[in-house]
This record gives sequence, C-alpha cells and structure tokens, in this order.
Amino acid sequence: MQVIPTKNPIQFEREQFRRNSKYPELWDCLDQVKDPEIPALSLWDIGILKDIKRQGNQASVTITPTYSGCPAMDAISEDVTIAFKALGIEKTVIITELSPPWTTDWMTDKGRNQLRDYGIAPPNDVVGDHEQPLNSESQVLCPQCGSADTKLLSEFGSTACKALFQCNSCHESFDLFKHI
Amino acid sequence: MTSSTETVSTQDIIDYATRLGDDAIVIGHRLSEWVSKAPFIEEDVAIGNVSLDFLGHARMYYTYAAEVSNKQNGTDDVTEDTFAYLRDERQFQNHLLHELHKGDFAYTTARQLLVDVYNKYFLEQLEKSNDATLAAIAMKASKESKYHCRRSKDWTLRLGDGTSESHERMQVALNDIWGYTHELFELDELEQRLVDAGVAVDCTTLKADWLKEVTAIIEEATLTVPDQDWAVRGGRQGYHTEHLGHLLTEMQFVHRSFPGAKW
Repeated sequence: MQVIPTKNPIQFEREQFRRNSKYPELWDCLDQVKDPEIPALSLWDIGILKDIKRQGNQASVTITPTYSGCPAMDAISEDVTIAFKALGIEKTVIITELSPPWTTDWMTDKGRNQLRDYGIAPPNDVVGDHEQPLNSESQVLCPQCGSADTKLLSEFGSTACKALFQCNSCHESFDLFKHI
Repeated sequence: MTSSTETVSTQDIIDYATRLGDDAIVIGHRLSEWVSKAPFIEEDVAIGNVSLDFLGHARMYYTYAAEVSNKQNGTDDVTEDTFAYLRDERQFQNHLLHELHKGDFAYTTARQLLVDVYNKYFLEQLEKSNDATLAAIAMKASKESKYHCRRSKDWTLRLGDGTSESHERMQVALNDIWGYTHELFELDELEQRLVDAGVAVDCTTLKADWLKEVTAIIEEATLTVPDQDWAVRGGRQGYHTEHLGHLLTEMQFVHRSFPGAKW
C-alpha cells in the first residue's frame, strides 16, 4: 500500500524529537522567543532550535544558525537566557551547531503561514520548483494579494536570508524568504 | 581527499583555520566599504549581505582556531577577536587578491567574480576534509557561495556587455587583477602537510575548473581573459600589498583604542 505523506518527513522528525524530550516546558517556553529580525517567527518555527537539555538550574540550548553572518544570533542567545531565567534557570549555554547546516525545509508549516501573514513570502511560494536558483524569470506569489505576476528586484533583500520582489498586480514590493 | 593515519599538529590546524579566516574577513571588510556607496539601493543591500556572509565565515574559522588554541595551550582567553583585532599586517596570511583596494565598481566586481568562483570550488572540497569542524563550516558556507557566484556573474555580464565605458573598466580591472590569482592555486609546506593528512584542500587541483568557469563568464560578457605572465604572491607568508595595512587600521581601530570594549 502506498502511503501518501500529509506532512513533510523532515518536520515530522523534528516534531517527534520535541515530543520525546524530557523538558517539554522548556520547549514551550522558547515558543515565546522570536527571531529578532522576523518577530513573526519563533525559534522553533523558523527551524533553528535543535535541542534543549537541563541539569538543575542550568540549561543548554543547541541552535543552528540560518546564515553564517546572521547578526541576530547574539540577540537570540540573550533572549533565550532571559526567557529561561523566568523558569529558575540561572545559567544557559547556547551551543551553535553548524552541521548539518540549517535549511528552510526545517521551517514549520505554521511558521510558513505566519511568515506570509507578516508580509514575507515563504520559500515554497515560488512558482515552480522552489529549490531552483532564482533568476529574472522567477515568480513568487505575492503575500499581499496572491498574484503570481511578480518580478525579482534583487537576490538579496533586507537581510541575508531574503530576496526582494515586486508585485505587478498590487505594486507592493515584498521579501521572499529564500530557499537554502 | 584521502584519509590518513598521520597525526596532524594542532598548530597546523590553528594556522590553517586562521588563514581561511583571514581570507574571509579581509574580503568581507573590503566589500563592506561599498555600503551606502553602491550603484543603487538594492545593490547596497546585496553587497552588505555578501559582506556579512564573509564576516560570518571568518567568525566560524577564527572561533575554531581559538578553540583549538585554548585547548593546546591550556588557556581560555583566546577568542575570535584575538585573531581579528590583535594581529598585525605581517601576521595576516590572506591571499593578496582579497586585500586589493575596492577600486571602482568594475574593479570590485571583477575581483569578486574571481573570488566567488574560487570559493565555490574550494568549499566543495573542504566539505570532504577529515577535520569535522572545517567540513561543517564548509558545508554552511558553500550554500551561501552559490548565491554569491550568481550575483558576481550577473554583474560581470551587465558591466562587460554594457556600455563602452563599463566594458572598458571591466577589462582594465581584469588586467590589473589577473596576476594576483596565481597564488590561489599554490600550496606551501604547511598546506601540503595538511593536504597529505586529508585536512586541507589541495588547491592546485582547483585551477582547471575555476579557469573554465571564469573564462566562460568573462567571454559571455564580451571581455577577454588576460593573457599575461606576471604573478604576485606572498600573502600566505605574510608579505602584503600596501592595501592591507590601511584596511586593518580602520578595522581594528575601535578594539585597539578601547581594549575589551563591549556593546
């Protein structure tokens, strides 16, 4: 019998990992910590939160950075430490894990929808194969009006993870969160 | 890269990671000089992002060098900043190509094309290093370098196949820069030892692919691959052009004036 997956297997694996954790309250706590540059997304939804461990009043949080020069990493470390202080955790160590490298495939479905609502097109809103490199013909569904009649303005948007597009239908410019 | 049972000296690893960090920070800083001066605002943002990517690569290499260094010497006070801010010109071992001045936009574009295509092939090989940390850094950086290559190619085509002025400037830039590319494909004793141990990239093997790809782009841009027999080398030994000292002066000023400053 052929099984038709309704959920992306990578996301399924992440969810299972989280469900099996001994520290569900810590994962839930970090749902309040958002990416400082995209406040619509939590660390979990953007897919950079890999693991949480606790020993008494100390915790370690493993994070995989999005882009290597991402200036948000320092702010994220501080925000996590502050969030955990409320749970009585005095010392939080942030472990940066480079391998395997972060990919937009780790972003949750909820995260993708939130991104779109926030005005940023999620990586899978590219018309056609979203894993192909962008070019001047690339079209992305406009997060404002849904039109596919859009054009690429620049492959690099307001942050390293985004590209800049303009919608020919509603004339708004918008960011695309690039597939990586 | 082949695996080897030879033991690798930790000092060699520190030096190699530092060199790769030097390449990244120097080109990253150079690109940042364009911020607010690029041809138009989208490009201003793009060049800032590419600069930031290189800065990120430098941080990963330096952080690794610091980790190994602390472990080797039983210290805990060496950090990425030690490498970035507290070394002088002669201690930097970046390739000279990376430090050349920013020049006009054609000059920056020509240099960036040569650097980005080199990086793409270099990182592909470093991913196979049997040093797990270097391989992980390469995997991370490699994804970004593909975006960099496309941007450099687009600009090369746009300027080379643009107006007679932009074409002329691109050709002059390529001619001025070409002699600095040779050292990218050379190994010194340190790197040879690490190549033998399966840690470093044998960059002598990258030249054919690199030359093929940049030649195709240069010719598509109606430009000519320089046919010159001059070469400048010495970056990996700490012998630099006049440009590096000025760059470091600006980059290190705050840290040296206010040691340990944080914000």
